[in-house]
Amino acid sequence: MIRISARRVAIFGGVYSNHLALEATLADAAAAGADEAICLGDLGAFGPHPDRACEIVRQAGIAVVQGNYDHSLGHGLPDCRCGYTDPRDNRFAALSYRYTYARTAPTHRAWMRDLPPAIRLSLDGCETLLCHGSPRRANEFLWESSTSDAFLAWLLDTSDAAALCVSHTGLPWTRELPPGRRVVNVGAIGRPANDGDPRVVYAILTAAPEGGAPGVEWRRVAYDHSALASEMREEGLPEEFAETIETGWWTTCLEVLPQKERARGRY
Amino acid sequence: MSLEHSRPRARSHPDPTAPPILEPGHLDALWLQVTGTLCNLRCGHCFISCGPDNRALGLLSIEDVRRRLEESVGLGVREYYVTGGEPFLHPGIVDILTLALSYGPTTVLTNGTLLKPRHVELLAAAAAGRFSLEFRISIDGPDPASNDGLRGEGSFERAMEGFDLLVSFGFLPIVTVVRTWETEADPEVYRRIVAMLRERGCEKPRVKTMPALRIGAEAQRSGGYAADERVVSGMLDDYDLDQLVCAHARVVTDHGIWVCPILLDAPDGNLGDDLTVAARAPFALSHAACHTCWLHGAICSNPGVVAPETPFATAGAAT
Ligand code: SF4
Ligand code: SF4
Repeated sequence: MIRISARRVAIFGGVYSNHLALEATLADAAAAGADEAICLGDLGAFGPHPDRACEIVRQAGIAVVQGNYDHSLGHGLPDCRCGYTDPRDNRFAALSYRYTYARTAPTHRAWMRDLPPAIRLSLDGCETLLCHGSPRRANEFLWESSTSDAFLAWLLDTSDAAALCVSHTGLPWTRELPPGRRVVNVGAIGRPANDGDPRVVYAILTAAPEGGAPGVEWRRVAYDHSALASEMREEGLPEEFAETIETGWWTTCLEVLPQKERARGRY
Repeated sequence: MSLEHSRPRARSHPDPTAPPILEPGHLDALWLQVTGTLCNLRCGHCFISCGPDNRALGLLSIEDVRRRLEESVGLGVREYYVTGGEPFLHPGIVDILTLALSYGPTTVLTNGTLLKPRHVELLAAAAAGRFSLEFRISIDGPDPASNDGLRGEGSFERAMEGFDLLVSFGFLPIVTVVRTWETEADPEVYRRIVAMLRERGCEKPRVKTMPALRIGAEAQRSGGYAADERVVSGMLDDYDLDQLVCAHARVVTDHGIWVCPILLDAPDGNLGDDLTVAARAPFALSHAACHTCWLHGAICSNPGVVAPETPFATAGAAT
């Protein structure tokens, strides 16, 4: 298990080939004084030129947790394991997976295959577990409105951690649990948070004050989203994907959203 | 307990024709059978033969519900499913759902025909908190012709009135449809149902299709299972056990805790009265219905709750 020790850590997930948002995020994290940046997986999917994001992350030497997409690409599985039943969602998921698989260099795929399923972070002594979906399954969705406090407390207990950071859903949220514990879903930097704002989201985790839970600073990152949308169109990716990047509203893969999260979006 | 110990496990039997034993994983979902087997409808495909005079299982009191919810906290339960029979036959259903929502995300499975504006108004207020209240409404096709034969004359329109009422209060009900057509027609039926819901003014249609469970009333309708449609030892090797409902759920009834929401007619499905013990009790997957679970996976949970880790047909790599 990789162990990292730090006091102020930028944690982002769901890159989804958005190399422009990735560069902007790393610049923002450096400007915000983060002493580490860690990626919670899913480098590819959805966006254009998947190799670019891989190169940026690998060159920066950033620690990466394996996401379900990285796992599927790395092992050459036939799909992304998101488990949609809606034929429309499935069509988009398949399009995106086929494109990403074909454009990801074999060396990057081999690298993805060997990424660790979790990283342990000592946040100034506070034991923090970082994973993609949940500590037990890379493709488990931890949505804010469909996850009880009792379940989160159980996940922390069984993981021997006081804090847990996940991604996978693409929607950011955090919950503090007594005593001094915290769960954070850092959202995704690859596509906006389905709230009509094209900026993307990540979190900076900060060391806990005496007796408290670790802190979270939410960072909203603006980047040249129009340029990304143009690249997507040039690459022949679905217009629906480009629309999400431009408008900040999700257009696909909506069936897995719980009532509350679904009700907030446009579609 | 460690995460490793909270994973479900299958124990094979040395006899290859014997059913495997499933040792359940963590208790994710607690089902509350609040109206037992009592239902205002008498559907031709109901897998527990519910009806207006089936009192095999009775009503749970709000005190029963409260006690089980309290116990579930210590067990780390993630979400609650409220079902029957028809839960809206319970005089205390609004209080039950409000209470469950104070513990965690709650889904209610209803036929939609008994929803009253007063219920829905109170529930919309209760659902303003942190957790989602999901409604699942069962119908059997996109129109009365495909629905009413199974569910009774006029039931389509009544269910859809319930649906409209929920939508008018901001709910996005998941329309649940039991597959009584050929699997190949899935995308087509799905599209027709989505179109029908849009036509009724629902801008965010949500649909879940479920395989028919050929037990209960459905066994008489469709002839039940063939003798070789059973789960036997070996079939769970390399199988994603998280897909099986009984790997992560238990059902509270007025007669004790049941292994899953499907086998409520099976005497061996009763795992006693102690939820902590029942949550960890191994169970032999000896029933014909287990074969349907094995084949389709995740048939009872909401869409997105358990995505498959290993697909059922791993046909070659992507190109
Ligand atoms: S299928 Fe549902 S609505 Fe129909 S009889 Fe059974 S419990 Fe009642
Ligand atoms: S019917 Fe399905 S959920 Fe119930 S015990 Fe059998 S496999 Fe498990």
